[in-house]
Amino acid sequence: MSSRDRSVTSPPWPVAVPAGLALLFLGLPILALLVKAPWDRMWSVLTSETSLQALRLSLETASAATAVAFVVGVPLAWVLARAEFPGRRLARALVTVPLVLPPVVGGIALLLAFGRRGLVGQYLDSCCGITLPFTTPGVVVAEAFVAMPFLVITVEGALRGLDTKLEDAAATLGATRLAVFRRVTLPLILPSLAAGAVLAFARALGEFGATITFAGNLPGVTQTLPLAVYVGLEGDPSEAVALSLVLLAVSVIVLVALRDRWLRTGAAS
Amino acid sequence: MSADTVTTSTRGLQGRVVVERGEFRLDVEIDVRPGEVLAVIGPNGAGKSTLLRAICGLTPLTDGAISLGGAVLDDPAADVLVPAARRGVGVVFQEYRLFPHLSVLDNVAFGPRSAGRSKAQSRTDAAEWVARLRLDDLAQRSPERLSGGQQQRTALARALASGPGVLLLDEPLAALDAATRIDVRRDLSTHLAQFAGPTVIVTHDALDALVLADRIVVLEDGRITQQGTALEVARRPASDYVAKLLGLNLLRGEAADGEVTVDGGGLLHVPDHAMTGPVLVALRPSGIALHTAQPEGSARNVWPGVVDGVEPLGERVRVSVTGAPSVLVDVTPGAVADLHVAPGDAVWLSAKATELEVYPG
Amino acid sequence: MRHPLPVALTLPVALTLSVLALTACAGGGSAAGTAPTVSSTRIGGSDPAVGPFTVFAASSLKEAFTTLGSQFEAVHPGARVTFDFGASSTLATQIVQGAPADVFASASTTTMATVVDAGVMPQRYNMATNTLEIATPVTPTVAVAGLADLAKPGVKVAVCQRDVPCGAATATLFAANKLTVTPVSQEVDVKSVLSKVVLGEVDAGVVYVTDVKAAKGTVVGVPIPTAQNVSTTYQIASTTGQHAGVAGEFVDYVLSPAGQQVLAAAGFAGP
Repeated sequence: MSSRDRSVTSPPWPVAVPAGLALLFLGLPILALLVKAPWDRMWSVLTSETSLQALRLSLETASAATAVAFVVGVPLAWVLARAEFPGRRLARALVTVPLVLPPVVGGIALLLAFGRRGLVGQYLDSCCGITLPFTTPGVVVAEAFVAMPFLVITVEGALRGLDTKLEDAAATLGATRLAVFRRVTLPLILPSLAAGAVLAFARALGEFGATITFAGNLPGVTQTLPLAVYVGLEGDPSEAVALSLVLLAVSVIVLVALRDRWLRTGAAS
Repeated sequence: MSADTVTTSTRGLQGRVVVERGEFRLDVEIDVRPGEVLAVIGPNGAGKSTLLRAICGLTPLTDGAISLGGAVLDDPAADVLVPAARRGVGVVFQEYRLFPHLSVLDNVAFGPRSAGRSKAQSRTDAAEWVARLRLDDLAQRSPERLSGGQQQRTALARALASGPGVLLLDEPLAALDAATRIDVRRDLSTHLAQFAGPTVIVTHDALDALVLADRIVVLEDGRITQQGTALEVARRPASDYVAKLLGLNLLRGEAADGEVTVDGGGLLHVPDHAMTGPVLVALRPSGIALHTAQPEGSARNVWPGVVDGVEPLGERVRVSVTGAPSVLVDVTPGAVADLHVAPGDAVWLSAKATELEVYPG
Repeated sequence: MRHPLPVALTLPVALTLSVLALTACAGGGSAAGTAPTVSSTRIGGSDPAVGPFTVFAASSLKEAFTTLGSQFEAVHPGARVTFDFGASSTLATQIVQGAPADVFASASTTTMATVVDAGVMPQRYNMATNTLEIATPVTPTVAVAGLADLAKPGVKVAVCQRDVPCGAATATLFAANKLTVTPVSQEVDVKSVLSKVVLGEVDAGVVYVTDVKAAKGTVVGVPIPTAQNVSTTYQIASTTGQHAGVAGEFVDYVLSPAGQQVLAAAGFAGP
């Protein structure tokens, strides 16, 4: 039995060597970040006004963007997975666009749509005095734009994979369509829902390009953690490294949460 | 609603179910009285599941109409379509379709809860059915941790707890192993006897149909090819499918003067001398005797053949013999050993005229 | 795009190209109005003005240096320049970290100092000076007529963030004029400020005079009187590395009358 285990667990060297290199390639930059971090000043950097402001703003906007993505993204996922309507393929393609679009381009597109002179933005401005660029809600918009596809695609996949047989069974037991969704569909896709939300949150938290293009950079208002890192690089690179570690820590927490809580149970069910 | 297809006299499940889907067309008349159990048997793809889906409201009719207790459920001509959720149809699905995120009790409580009852009331209602189906000890268990038989009982309890006007069972025993099946079948028979409404069971197992149903409908390629009591169908199968299903030899031929000339070769003496024209002859495999030499005896029908297959079948051995006509013969394992029959051996067959069931085909 | 030549071929090809370069200088010199005197001092050297080299330059230099680059290539056939424009401070960080810059043109002396102090480039030269100007949208939402308007509430102002040269200059400008301006955004470089003005997302942006000029009418400049304005000095330096020859040639060209003419045309003042 042990010899059988060995043959399964130890790969041949033509596989092992490039695999090791790949691992090294991915791990080394992270290691460098840890080695080069200004550990002696870490506490003062992290508790500085700029850092705390940026961290708080990042957590708030990423949470809000996830909530926005959730409220409109889950129904969209349901429509894409279950409804039949003309242009459904186009709609699906549209959802994936922000995934492949460079975030800066996304930011420019958002400016052209929701900016003060934008397609929609000019009316928002003239009718209601709402301007999104350079505001915290603008950051949420930019983050939701890039993060929502992660949620929609994850949930849509789960809905597609979900057997409609259980929903049919619920219907024969007298449950209305809404009740079926609430009492059967939603609980069954819960792991994917959580995974999608966490992915969207992580993506929103790391958002840089669309945010700096659409919402600008102002400490306390639109300067999220990634922006603070970038700006920090201009002035005090070691501060940027310290802030990078905060983002790294959040990413690790998200990954661990995904692995141990949701992805595994999601795969099992 | 078309008056000729639906009458309110018996107030059971009635109607003509027509569903067209691409090339396939299902077109059957159904009429199940309250308290009656109808078994629908047929090969895969015959339209059995489509029939059930149409009755429970998951597939709309293309034509025809269905009514339950006099109330119209689906009538495309009159533009009436009652959604599944409001039909009051209890379904035990193939593979049961228990909700994996709910306990046994909450699965059973799903129907009452959907009917608008409070969570507590639904559970009280459910508990009654859980007890009746001997699931008390398992009430809090997840369906994934139930045996096949327990899952089947949970599914039945869930269907009955919603207080249905009609009960539909789709291959209720197919997911069970042979040993469990016997017990569960007997158990199911008892519960079905207690249900007051019409019941429809879809199965491809002849034994399920014979044991559980009052009446059998044979569905082939979207049409009813035979219907009648279990006994009628078993004695006089109308198609090769049913004959095979029941393990019968079914021979087609031309009858005249107490003899039947079998299509494909062979002449059989039959008891009914009045029969003429095209007929079907049903012959039980156990009604045929196998010999190594030409027998001398009272049997009217004696003919030679060659063994081309020997297959153990429970407590018997089924021997397939090519001859005029070719037939299946059931013998005991002991007989196989005594006779030393093996594929390729020349044998003799004999059957009494009284073993032959002859009817117009 | 670059195909490195085999070592054995490099020398003959380089020699041929340098001859061609000489011919081009002689033939095109008067037509382009350039003075070949500066480059002639190096032609006899072992490392002629050929081959690829990379110039890191402040984003405010984009238009002027793009012109300078093509002129330099015309004068020195065989020389191929690649530009990387960005915030001076970002570029400086990259260079100190080992980015392959052969020439660095910085929008501030302090930024240049970090590169020189790190020992990457030995010698820096003053190249030009630049002053600030207010850029406003072509169709303004709020009228901005001068510096004082930037401090008014309701006026959306974009500036460079403090750590980049234009941001430092802007901070000095506001301090010198005792203005308290609350910007809606501190952009990462001067071109980002300009684009926010071009799109009309802000009412005013503080940029360099040269940026307004380079915007070619997509923004309207509101000049800042000299007495109130601040000036920033641009510096240029080159490496001693592999492409030292051609890089030095480029620096010489920028500092030559021909180069200064291009910078002046872009709105820069002399060093």
